[in-house]
Amino acid sequence: MLTQQLVNGIVVGSVYALIALGYTLVYGILQLINFAHGEIYMMGAYVGIAVLGVLAAMGLTQQSLALSILLVFLVPMVYCAAYGVTLERVAYRPLRQAPRLSPLISAIGMSIFLQNYVQVAQGARDKAFPNLLSLGSFEVMGAHVSGLQVFILAAALAMMAGLQLFIHRTRLGRAMRATAQDRTMAALVGVDVNRVIAVTFAIGSVLAAVAGVMVGMYYGLVNHYIGFVAGIKAFTAAVLGGIGNVTGALVGGFLLALLESFWAGYVSAVYKDVFAFLVLVVVLIFRPEGILGGSTEVDRA
Amino acid sequence: MLELEDVHFYYGRIHALQGVSLKVPAGRVVCLIGSNGAGKSTTLMAVSGVHAIARGAVRFEGRPIHGLPPDQIVRLGISQVPEGRRIFPLLTVLENLEMGAYLRRDAGEVERDLDQVYSLFPVLHERRRQRGGTLSGGEQQMLAIGRALMARPRLLLLDEPSLGLAPMLVEAIFGALGRIREQGTGIFLVEQNAHVALGFADWVYVMETGRIVMDGPPEELRRSPAVREAYLGE
Repeated sequence: MLTQQLVNGIVVGSVYALIALGYTLVYGILQLINFAHGEIYMMGAYVGIAVLGVLAAMGLTQQSLALSILLVFLVPMVYCAAYGVTLERVAYRPLRQAPRLSPLISAIGMSIFLQNYVQVAQGARDKAFPNLLSLGSFEVMGAHVSGLQVFILAAALAMMAGLQLFIHRTRLGRAMRATAQDRTMAALVGVDVNRVIAVTFAIGSVLAAVAGVMVGMYYGLVNHYIGFVAGIKAFTAAVLGGIGNVTGALVGGFLLALLESFWAGYVSAVYKDVFAFLVLVVVLIFRPEGILGGSTEVDRA
Repeated sequence: MLELEDVHFYYGRIHALQGVSLKVPAGRVVCLIGSNGAGKSTTLMAVSGVHAIARGAVRFEGRPIHGLPPDQIVRLGISQVPEGRRIFPLLTVLENLEMGAYLRRDAGEVERDLDQVYSLFPVLHERRRQRGGTLSGGEQQMLAIGRALMARPRLLLLDEPSLGLAPMLVEAIFGALGRIREQGTGIFLVEQNAHVALGFADWVYVMETGRIVMDGPPEELRRSPAVREAYLGE
């Protein structure tokens, strides 16, 4: 039981962490909570289903599983990146100089809009995410571990490592850190701040798309509402770790999912979400800066 | 080289720059003095493209640059050392300097300029792996100047480089600025410390509440009773 909850928690945690990174990266640069971020994740899952449908119709899922899996991730990544960049352009950039409440309201508005847009376009019923990977399962210390769980964790860790490399080893990553620390000064050394902000939204959206496809694969069902709950959970994770802090998003994501998993296993599965939000409330009251907080810089990685 | 003509700027409803006109000839040191809130920093931010001016023109080498975004203005050869240094606190000293060369693609030359900055301010070399935020005020000022130099500017804008520094450090900073001037880089300096400014500049402008009220060579301004009373404390 203990190891089983641990396994479940780690898998869900990798998804929370991926989504939480998007919140924290944007917050680090704009001090804005992008409440529409959960919707980008939800759309990633839907695009994944659409891609799978097309691939199955073409017979490609039979011919090349590896290529199919690649496309099931890649197409939603590109699609969601475009959505994230457009979102910033349309809903946030015009409000860059406005009081902080305005972009926040705009974000909530975009969240509601995207949710309803998907509901109208895709229908309100749950959609099945076709099973692509039959990886079997095995036992580890009494816990049931599926190949899909291992795949999800591995893919999530690869994305996180890639992000760290980007932030710390590339010129654009350095510009991102500089912009998070002092936007005006970054502009004064020649950084095109609007471009850096667009890239930040693109990266966050790519991570969310990957998370969306993973969750689709994991639970096998998707609806237009999944972005709301996952969004608030990931936001909680980001706050728990210290919003604006990349490592904090990872720590917060895994920690929240583990707490939730143990709560579901030992106390009450029904009150799992209530418990997660209780964590948010407690953190906001007693340690609003989060576990690794104190700074809002993308750099503290 | 740099020319401002009848520049107006508003902070909301406050008319912060009320028709500023001035010139910085190539390779010269021009200083803008004036009391707190006169609009000196605002003038520099307008040149750098951070503030969009409401009226007038800013020209660099004959070409209008107002309306260009800050990164384009850096690309043209104007770098700013802003008020308060604005070091990237969590980047290392080396990363801060590399950020200064953000737009440059000539890696070899960047490497050479890095050595130059280190020879100008050896302490930066010692501290190159330290985070910028851990440096002392004087070291941060050196880093801010070094960072601006890494763009290899033809015109350097400096906002109060002496602010909050001990006299010995002020001397060190201005010694370095003297060497930068010798290499032909134009300097447009904003200072509250009129003693230092008058000793360093080729030409001085005096600013009061958003307007240029007087200008001339330093010797002439030093003789002006108004300047002596208001800015030299005599």
